Amino acid sequence: MKTVIVVGNGMVGYKFCEKFVAKAGSENYKLIVFGEEPRPAYDRVHLSAFFESQDAKALELAPASWYAEHNIELITNERITDIHKTKKTITTVKDAEFSYDYLVLATGSSAFVPPIKGVEKEGVFVYRTIEDLEGMLGYAAKIKKNNPKAKAAVLGGGLLGLEAGKAVMDMGLEPHIVEFAPKLMPRQLDSRSSQVLQLKLESIGLNIHLSKATNQILGDTTITGMEFGEDDVLDVEMLVISAGIRPRDELGKTCDLEMGVRGGIIVNNKMLTSDANIYAIGEVALYNQMIYGLVAPGYEMADVAAEQILGNDTLMSAEIDMSTKLKLIGVDVASFGEPFMPALKGHSIIFENKTQYLYKRINVSLDGKKLLGGILVGDASDYSMLHQIYLNGMAIPEDPAQLILPASEGGSSFGSALDLPDEAQICSCENVSKGQICGAITDGDCDTFADVVSCTKASTSCGGCKPMVVDLVNETLKLLGKEVKNNICEHLDYTRQELYGIIKVKRLTSYFEVMDACGTGDGCEVCKPLVASIFASLYNDTANKEDVIQDSNDKFLANIQRNGTYSVVPRIPGGEITPEKLIVIGEVGKKYNLYTKITGGQRIDLFGAELNDLPAIWKQLIDAGFESGHAYGKSLRTVKSCVGSTWCRFGLDESVSFAIELEDRYKGLRSPHKLKGGVSGCIRECAEARGKDFGVIAVEGGWNLYVCGNGGVTPKHAILLAEKVDNETCIKYLDRFLMYYIRTAAPLMRTAAWLDKLEGGIEQLKKVVLDDSLNIAEELEKEMQFLVDAYECEWKQAIENEESKKRFSHFVNSDDRDDNLVFVPMREQKMPEHWEN
Amino acid sequence: MEEILSKYKTTAEGDVKVWFKAASIHDFTENGGACVKYKDKQIAVFNYKRKNAWYACQNVCPHKMEMVLSRGMLGDYQGIPKIACPMHKKTFSLETGENLNGDLEAIATYPVKVEDDFVFIGFSE
Ligand code: SRM
Ligand SMILES: Cc1cc2nc3c(=O)[nH]c(=O)nc-3n(C[C@H](O)[C@H](O)[C@H](O)COP(=O)(O)OP(=O)(O)OC[C@H]3O[C@@H](n4cnc5c(N)ncnc54)[C@H](O)[C@@H]3O)c2cc1C
Ligand code: SF4
Ligand code: FES
Repeated sequence: MKTVIVVGNGMVGYKFCEKFVAKAGSENYKLIVFGEEPRPAYDRVHLSAFFESQDAKALELAPASWYAEHNIELITNERITDIHKTKKTITTVKDAEFSYDYLVLATGSSAFVPPIKGVEKEGVFVYRTIEDLEGMLGYAAKIKKNNPKAKAAVLGGGLLGLEAGKAVMDMGLEPHIVEFAPKLMPRQLDSRSSQVLQLKLESIGLNIHLSKATNQILGDTTITGMEFGEDDVLDVEMLVISAGIRPRDELGKTCDLEMGVRGGIIVNNKMLTSDANIYAIGEVALYNQMIYGLVAPGYEMADVAAEQILGNDTLMSAEIDMSTKLKLIGVDVASFGEPFMPALKGHSIIFENKTQYLYKRINVSLDGKKLLGGILVGDASDYSMLHQIYLNGMAIPEDPAQLILPASEGGSSFGSALDLPDEAQICSCENVSKGQICGAITDGDCDTFADVVSCTKASTSCGGCKPMVVDLVNETLKLLGKEVKNNICEHLDYTRQELYGIIKVKRLTSYFEVMDACGTGDGCEVCKPLVASIFASLYNDTANKEDVIQDSNDKFLANIQRNGTYSVVPRIPGGEITPEKLIVIGEVGKKYNLYTKITGGQRIDLFGAELNDLPAIWKQLIDAGFESGHAYGKSLRTVKSCVGSTWCRFGLDESVSFAIELEDRYKGLRSPHKLKGGVSGCIRECAEARGKDFGVIAVEGGWNLYVCGNGGVTPKHAILLAEKVDNETCIKYLDRFLMYYIRTAAPLMRTAAWLDKLEGGIEQLKKVVLDDSLNIAEELEKEMQFLVDAYECEWKQAIENEESKKRFSHFVNSDDRDDNLVFVPMREQKMPEHWEN
Repeated sequence: MEEILSKYKTTAEGDVKVWFKAASIHDFTENGGACVKYKDKQIAVFNYKRKNAWYACQNVCPHKMEMVLSRGMLGDYQGIPKIACPMHKKTFSLETGENLNGDLEAIATYPVKVEDDFVFIGFSE
């Protein structure tokens, strides 16, 4: 058994482990990994997400248990201080010594801190680790307390600097970007695109200072400002330095590996350093005289090193693609290939529209046949396709301008993703080709995007290739004649959205009217509930109106249980309940011998009610002021709340009051799938609002509104839709969002899946909801108000009407009960007998 | 379990010995179902108004042996009238009792007739 020691448990070090253990022959090696950081490797690329979630676990690339399961010894919080090349051992900071057969250096890089006078002052940060971010958050909170209008600066206007700038802004500080060069993102953008980007960033509130050389950091022990020239001072209380990276190559220096003049451990195309047993990968490795500050090349290096150690002869690509896309929400910026191309090599086609912060440039070979590179600002939706055309040297239209012109001006999105060659690399992080993605469907048993992702790993890293993977999956399914258009069933040859339109326009109001108008046959268990749900969404019909077309649970206004009995869930808006009402629930439970449980939705479920008893149970509850909780419906369930500023010492607003208001507004609202909401009083998020279809969180200055999250089968965090809005605006946006979802979603598609499918994603949703780009906002609000006004408690309806009460009897010809029911004791309550199989 | 199922045997109209007078047609919702008690049997009866037909079958679903089919949903599968169980949506032909979307045992079906606004179900015993 040979030993491989990996120094550095960052993104690339982790990838090495993942790749290594997956390869044949790796069982003959023992892997030991050292990381200096206190936790296992995490997703540094999405570090900024930490500001929103403050959930370090969510960023983890793999839990500590993963390493154990794969026989990898992971030692965190322990820096390697020395390498003894001849002895083939290393020493840790705790003076422990370990021997290796092969050593892999994956020590990454650190933020470069320029030698400016005063950089050591309190309040100056770098942006690289979770600890850095925690430090920034704590410090920002502190300075904001004394000065709510505090300013913070970021030194550096490159990719990372802009990300840091947005982060600082989200922390509630006035953000300033200070750049030495005369333009932003100097390495990726030309001057014109950089100006367009600057306008865009200024429009969202970032202050930009170009051509500024910082002479010193002002302040006694803590920073109070930055001085550029004698009278040129910017008062700031916090500074984030993002001026580039420096490889963490100290081990290479001390043990005499061959080094680059400006740092970095030199490697060849086998990732081997000047020592035959030592490899270097990731941001510490100097390959082609370059340090590549991106994950994709690092991942390729990890793969090459793993192959080499196992005796295979995979080599590193000679040319490294440095195309990048900025990941700032709402600011599209991408550059690929040769962004700045000298005129002698080709022609540039430029489209610019400053009023819309739009700039697109492509560089085309002199013969007009090849795409050499380009820049996109303001709309990077074509990035994946252009990038692929560039990477694969594909032919381009005779008039290349078509590649970037808006459709309204004669542009046509180029070709289909299926035109790409099979070997085209779609996901560069995980190195997944087009052939592998399509093959997973044609030759494997994948049928959906999710299947393909889990089987190929495509788009699991930076996610940049997701739109293209979605396209490939859909196009391939179409080609195979598999259902992509989702027709409802054999009786209705439409999608739900189409049928919704037909019913609305023709004002059809009963199931067979619909079947006579546009269906065939008598219907089934798929289309009947679907039509019922559309009626509910259009007219707020309750399930009592046409009970025979309602899904099992809706039909009896209760969830059917394992033995054919039902559950009873009264609405408890926001989870707030008086002792008096609790007593009533207790009395009902006792009287009808029901199993009683607090649900995950902050209310109480009474199980085991017989059909015959349902009306009487509900009568007693309704008399005490309860209403149906719609626990059975594809409709609003609960709006979960935390106690908020009413009692909580951290609360910024009254989350309970708002949750109750929202629950009361949307109760009874039927939708393509169930809807859940949450309201939290501060970012500690005790109500788990971001796990809901809509979530509202109080922040300084209003509510942040998140949408399209859920727990359940495929958990998804909700995404920010609007920031710092007041109650009224929040409700307005919610009305529009919910109604838009109800109108357009497929049956049984929750909001997260719907957003996934929505062309343009969250940005499009923002346009529709916030900017009213489709000019339907007023209509949506009106429709919602109609539904809100039409609300009636359907249990109240049901028990007040003798005819509709009839269905709650087990037999038509007898008052007897179902004698087939068997209950068994369960702690101090009861439960149905277990099913045999 | 087997014991419950053995109570229910498909009955052809020709084998009927007893026409059991179950209830008034007005007690059955149009295009819906209801459960009839006959001795120790539970029979699901459907008023398939859309086809102007009546159907009857065992109330117990052979999937998990619960007495629930009468609370299921009517419909057709390529023209064959069927009932979908409210528990897990297994569907059964109301003509032959066959499980249309799985390989469960067929359910027992019974003849129905309507006379003087009353619904009768035919049994062989
Ligand atoms: C009672 C409860 C469990 C409990 O004892 O706590 C429950 C019970 C059921 N859940 Fe749930 N869910 C309950 C909270 C949840 C939660 C937690 C929450 O809401 O915070 C989740 C995850 C969050 C989410 O939905 O995003 C949850 C995710 C599901 C799912 C998966 C949904 C998905 O999108 O993947 C289903 C299946 C479905 O809806 O298709 C489901 C379906 C069901 C059904 C309705 C299954 C059924 O059709 O019989 C269960 C019957 C309830 C009954 O008979 O009354 N239940 N269920 C909870 C009732 C909450 C309430 O007061 O209304
Ligand atoms: C905010 C941010 C955003 C980014 N966005 C993108 C992006 O959008 N796209 C992209 O491609 N790239 C992006 N990057 C760059 C990307 O994160 C890096 O390319 C990648 O993390 C490099 O991986 P690595 O393993 O080489 O280095 P690291 O991830 O830095 O890991 C090195 C690890 O080694 C540890 N270590 C160092 N020395 C020792 C020692 N002596 N003993 C033990 N452990 C040691 C370090 O503590 C560290 O944990 C971003 C980086 C940041 C900071
Ligand atoms: S979310 Fe915030 S305000 Fe609400 S209870 Fe938790 S800590 Fe308090
Ligand atoms: S019990 Fe009828 S389908 Fe499962």
